[in-house]
Amino acid sequence: MALVLNEEQRALRDAAHDFLASEAPVEALRKLRDDRDPLGYAPGLWQQMAQMGWASIILPESYGGLDFGFQGLGVVLEETGRTLAASPLFASAVVGASAVLLGGSEAQKEALLPAIAAGELTLALALEESNHHRPTRIATTAVASADSFILNGDKCFVLDGHSADKLLVVARSAGEQDDSEGLSLFLVDRQASGVTCTRTHLMDSRNAASLSLDNVSVAAADVIGEVGNAWPVLEQVLDRGRVAIAAEMMGCALECFERTVAYLKEREQFGALIGSFQALQHRASHMQAELELARSVIMQALSVVDDSPEELPRMASLAKAQLNELVKLVSNEAVQMHGGIGVTDELEIGLFLKRARVTMQIFGDSGFHKDRYATLCGY
Amino acid sequence: MEDLEQFRLEVRQWLEANCPESQRQPMPPEEQYWGGRRGKFASEDARLWFERMRDKGWVAPEWPTEYGGGGLSPQQGKILAEEMKALRCRKPIFGLGLWMLGPALLEYGNEEQKQRHLRAIVNGEARWCQGYSEPGSGSDLASLQCKAEDKGDHFLVNGSKIWTTKADQCDWIFCLVRTDPDAKKQEGISFLLIDMDDPGISTTPIELISGESEFCQTFFDNVKVPKENLVGELNQGWSVAKALLVHERKLMSEIGSDSPRQVLVPNAAAREYAEFVDGRLADPELRRRLAEYDMRMQAIGLTHFRTFEEKVAGQRSAAPLIMKYAGTEAEKQKSELLLAIMGSRGLGWEGKEFSEAEIDTVRNWAMSYAMTIAGGTSEIQLNVIAKNVLQLPQ
Repeated sequence: MALVLNEEQRALRDAAHDFLASEAPVEALRKLRDDRDPLGYAPGLWQQMAQMGWASIILPESYGGLDFGFQGLGVVLEETGRTLAASPLFASAVVGASAVLLGGSEAQKEALLPAIAAGELTLALALEESNHHRPTRIATTAVASADSFILNGDKCFVLDGHSADKLLVVARSAGEQDDSEGLSLFLVDRQASGVTCTRTHLMDSRNAASLSLDNVSVAAADVIGEVGNAWPVLEQVLDRGRVAIAAEMMGCALECFERTVAYLKEREQFGALIGSFQALQHRASHMQAELELARSVIMQALSVVDDSPEELPRMASLAKAQLNELVKLVSNEAVQMHGGIGVTDELEIGLFLKRARVTMQIFGDSGFHKDRYATLCGY
Repeated sequence: MEDLEQFRLEVRQWLEANCPESQRQPMPPEEQYWGGRRGKFASEDARLWFERMRDKGWVAPEWPTEYGGGGLSPQQGKILAEEMKALRCRKPIFGLGLWMLGPALLEYGNEEQKQRHLRAIVNGEARWCQGYSEPGSGSDLASLQCKAEDKGDHFLVNGSKIWTTKADQCDWIFCLVRTDPDAKKQEGISFLLIDMDDPGISTTPIELISGESEFCQTFFDNVKVPKENLVGELNQGWSVAKALLVHERKLMSEIGSDSPRQVLVPNAAAREYAEFVDGRLADPELRRRLAEYDMRMQAIGLTHFRTFEEKVAGQRSAAPLIMKYAGTEAEKQKSELLLAIMGSRGLGWEGKEFSEAEIDTVRNWAMSYAMTIAGGTSEIQLNVIAKNVLQLPQ
């Protein structure tokens, strides 16, 4: 059954919950921010996560993976969403690993996946070039020269880009801007000559970078998948990423909501608990309804990755659009219902609000996904 | 699992062998069979189909066999429903007895009541309506005033009920009545079964903005009701009422997928009534609304599935409690969207200038307003979620 958790998944969720509550609570993110930590996450924490198998949940056992599938991954990501835990889990172990798994040659998989699974190697996808998610709007060029390619171009919003060991760069070797054909995926060392990677400081205090590629030479052996035909793999990787980030957003929304409901039960005004006011009750109940609908969508989307990939595009757009709207609603209401302290930095609600805004832009905002869903439905 | 697949095969074979071809077509509302003394079959095939289903126990597939049900498990019941849908088999009978009173009687009725009334429902002998709301008691249902006085061997009922669906066609009504005027309001209510043929009962239809009159007001003037018609304990009717409301709300949350009218489907309607350019709906606003509606319906459909899977797995969540709210609000969203898609064709009220489907769609739009009111308004649903799920202070 796909829409309820099995015993194994519940145990994984409980273990993740307990681990994150003690090792990566929200204060940990605040500390990274306040210390202006150059890496943006705690390497020790990441090693612990990898030891528990989180970096390899979706990988087959033959590459050192746990092979728990996306339904297993989903429960862990949801818990990381609850504590805003900063780590390369999403960028490297989900997006990066999926690209290698779906697009890579056997040799590349053997070389990269066990290292990713062990947390020793981190990857980041360098895709975006415009202010909005436009995965085929790629101007970065890849020109073949002997047995290598020369890359030139600029990338933005590269998640965990400044800390990743290697970058997966999407570049164009043929076709016009916005063509899905002519794209290729290159594995580039972040320290390679001609690569300038600059960390950007975003509102969520997590990690993103902008990237400049100036005559960067990449060996032909480091092309992931077919030259000029990266799109079918890239689209699947993005859809997996959309579902995964939606699972993290579910945790973010739930935590934010539960904290708000708890506040409604303790804050007194006019001689009464504010949770007794119908003006607030109805808004809280409406959020509960939206959370329940989103829960079903997330469960289905995760199981579709594992069991029915042909349904993935539409399901991924549904999940991302639904969760975009949910985290916006819940984070906004959380601030408003907390009143004055809701806008103070001291309260952690603000950190959830900011993370919500960043996740809403990752791999497509609501407009992008409603448009895509409409297209996939044939209108 | 294997047993279930075997069951599915048997069900399919049985349906193919027993469901007449004429009963595998979409059903216009006037051909529905609602049972009861005034119930009529639209055709001999309809009668045959009903009788075969009745004899098989599949009029009420999940009720125990001793009351005329099929004794199926929830999984088997789901398979039967799926197979009936796949073969487009019509529902052999409709009714509030089947959907609402029956499940409540199974939980709260005594043996004699179950034997008598459940069998009559399954056999199509009794059509039921619901006597809950009163002119002065809508959302505040527990303030109801229709009273039943204890007269020794019977109750004497006086008062009136409103929104009694097709009361003029029904044989029986299940009613909430006040039996203790001095108790706290929820604690002085009892649940009574009343024969509509009893002297002193009269009904008046109510015309709605949709032009239909499916509801009545029902008046009780010194109606004598035998003591044996009390369901549950005296003054404990509120518990029965709440259990029954759960069934009503579940039913209403699913009603959109099972409308008797020939209402258009937004996606298909857009192709017929709106402009497409290069295979794309040209009006961006309509396109966005259509995508939002389709997304919402997919999320609601998945939540129905999840509720079912949770039931089978013995897990509980808040999902069932939000479905009446989410489902009926989505029905309204759909009705409004259809009007927008149809433009001026979505304004037709009657006459030959408009197709039946167009008029049904418009009438259904007017009817959709009742969806978020009947069975507890959306605001009442939100109150219930606040209290029972979020446990907010009252």
